Amino acid sequence: MVVASKASLSLLPLRSSSGISFSCRPSSTSISWGRSCTPMASLSVASAPAISEIFSRLKEKNKVAFIPFITAGDPDLSTTSKALKVLDSSGSDLIELGIPYSDPLADGPVIQAAATRALAKGTNFDGVISMLREVVPELSCPIALFTYYNPILKRGIDKFMSIIKDVGVRGLVVPDVPLEETENLRKEAVRHKIELVLLTTPTTPTERMKGIVQASQGFVYLVSSVGVTGARTSVSSRVQSLLQEIKEATTKPVAVGFGISKPEHVKQVAGWGADGVIVGSAIVKLLGEAKSPEEGLKELESFTRSLKAALP
Amino acid sequence: MAASANSVIGNPIVGLAKSSPSSSAFLGARIHLRGERSGRSASASPSSALAVSCAMSGNIAAVEAEKNGKPGLGPRPDSFGRFGRFGGKYVPETLMYALFELEEAFRALSKDEDFQKELDGILRDYVGRESPLYFAERLTEHYRRSNGEGPHIYLKREDLNHTGAHKINNAVAQALLAKRLGKKRIIAETGAGQHGVATATVCARFGLECIVYMGAQDMERQALNVFRMRLLGAEVRGVHSGTATLKDATSEAIRDWVTNVETTHYILGSVAGPHPYPMLVREFHAVIGKETRKQALEKWGGKPDVLVACVGGGSNAMGLFHEFVDDTDVRLVGVEAAGFGLDSGKHAATLTKGEVGVLHGAMSYLLQDDDGQIIEPHSISAGLDYPGVGPEHSYLKDIGRAEYFSVTDEQALEGFFTVGSIAFKRLSRLEGIIPALETSHALAYLEELCPTLPDGAKVVLNCSGRGDKDVHTAIKHLQL
Repeated sequence: MVVASKASLSLLPLRSSSGISFSCRPSSTSISWGRSCTPMASLSVASAPAISEIFSRLKEKNKVAFIPFITAGDPDLSTTSKALKVLDSSGSDLIELGIPYSDPLADGPVIQAAATRALAKGTNFDGVISMLREVVPELSCPIALFTYYNPILKRGIDKFMSIIKDVGVRGLVVPDVPLEETENLRKEAVRHKIELVLLTTPTTPTERMKGIVQASQGFVYLVSSVGVTGARTSVSSRVQSLLQEIKEATTKPVAVGFGISKPEHVKQVAGWGADGVIVGSAIVKLLGEAKSPEEGLKELESFTRSLKAALP
Repeated sequence: MAASANSVIGNPIVGLAKSSPSSSAFLGARIHLRGERSGRSASASPSSALAVSCAMSGNIAAVEAEKNGKPGLGPRPDSFGRFGRFGGKYVPETLMYALFELEEAFRALSKDEDFQKELDGILRDYVGRESPLYFAERLTEHYRRSNGEGPHIYLKREDLNHTGAHKINNAVAQALLAKRLGKKRIIAETGAGQHGVATATVCARFGLECIVYMGAQDMERQALNVFRMRLLGAEVRGVHSGTATLKDATSEAIRDWVTNVETTHYILGSVAGPHPYPMLVREFHAVIGKETRKQALEKWGGKPDVLVACVGGGSNAMGLFHEFVDDTDVRLVGVEAAGFGLDSGKHAATLTKGEVGVLHGAMSYLLQDDDGQIIEPHSISAGLDYPGVGPEHSYLKDIGRAEYFSVTDEQALEGFFTVGSIAFKRLSRLEGIIPALETSHALAYLEELCPTLPDGAKVVLNCSGRGDKDVHTAIKHLQL
């Protein structure tokens, strides 16, 4: 794992993979770890940085994380692999990868449909893991898996954590496990050095929110609205006050997700104080409805760049 | 009172809560119930004011332990909504407050005499309770052995309730609860349509907006019920995602609830789902077992020896069983749907062939594949066609308190052991009662069960519904 040292020079290896990469534009105050250039080749190291590490680096530069979500296997695993690379090189700071599931309770029609397509194509957990094993070494930003609880239970929590750790996954989001039920998950996650991200929502009472933010690792996932995933025309203004409330309760980074689908939304949420912005359905829809995978990947790149550009 | 708020070990929320005499440590606010009188308000009594996850839990555990009397069985459920390792609340965070609110409301109303009186009145005058415990003379004769010995078969006539099934018991009570919570919009899921019809019925009766989610496949095979729901003023939304059956309708109902939780109450139709539903629905159906005890005493001066019921999600079975769970001399027999056969891969025998996992908010046995994806089940009866089962049934099976078997489509429709007669037809021909296909599964199991029972054993079978809704299916399969 790369040791971050602020005082050192541009010769330090950046992130993962096969060679040494150079920081092209060291800033006057600190080394630019950021996205100012594409790594030409990088040292072979274990994995991308921890998620919390990403956020602290960004915070130092007053930057907001861009976090896209895509469903593995839609339209197919090979395209997912390419999409991860596109997202990485187009400015993503962290990527959420969804494991397709038969009964996704927290997901709206777009991600439901993506999951159904992926499953119909025969996408399974082992397939996703093989794909990740190949592609993660080529990515500079960390991956967090987004999965429902049953597939984790099926394998056994310990086994699941070690499998995903093994391929370089750094974080995990499980939307159908509330705080009370996370004890086992958290124990195993900590043991395997996977950061378990917890969600808080507009219906979560303040006292409970405090419990959630205290237990969450990596970052706190603030669900922007009362509902399931899916693009909305605007972001609820409740997000602004919720962000304030959360920030009074913790210094951990807070990323906002659900419903964010346009550069205007991204800009607005960042302006309200979010440390990260998550975009899911809009990206999933783009990939899923493209005329061809190649078209989809091209559109993905320009869409991602436009969203990223809206962030400080 | 405040001290107990911090005394529950292992609950991270409680550990952080500040003790405050007048507010709930869980959420810093108190639930307001419509029609609540100041003397009876939820926060007035120490036991109800505090967070569900702390003081309430201690209280409920104590109450349950007392009620159970048997240390071995444990509280059902415990403060976290668990029955042993089963149950719990595995839902998106957005729903957690609503579940807490629901539980608080339920506990408050269980002690509210006005609510109980109102509910009893509706069960009596609108639903038509109490339902008879009927001695099935000809069915008993059918199972009489050549030496003249055999069990005595009684049918608990839930089919005689308004709307034709047991489902209305729960629907009526939850509608009243929803009104107390100030919710005007009701959603429900439905498989066979009986719960959907019951929900549409109570919404019409209480003036509530009603939306029922039903799998597109189910809508076709239970067209009569779709029509009834619409006639009663409900909007029936077909669900085409996934396998377009009950499990997908349930997922969609949960999504609607996640989105509309602030205005909407979800009338879940079975003893499945996240806590407090398994407990709530059981309590609302427990009247079945309570009446049975009284009626058994009246009729033969004793208790039933065996209780038999079909199991889909498990509501009618739990309703009959609950009263007798602590009477260990009463056998509890649940019958699931084996569809095309247990080895065919096309069945709904969750307790026999399932593995433990999480579905629709509860840890329970469920039918899943190697990847942890939920499998599409099959049964000729839509109401049993669910790949999960209520967590309390999973618990009762695990501790050996209840036994679960299964019966194929063919056996339910066409008798396997008795030449020339059919369970569905059997009850129709022998007793003049056309049972629902779901109920027919329990009836079919009598073929297996009765030869093993001693002379005079009292069997009470829950006749959970009438079969008018199934005539089209029957016509397709039977040569009449």
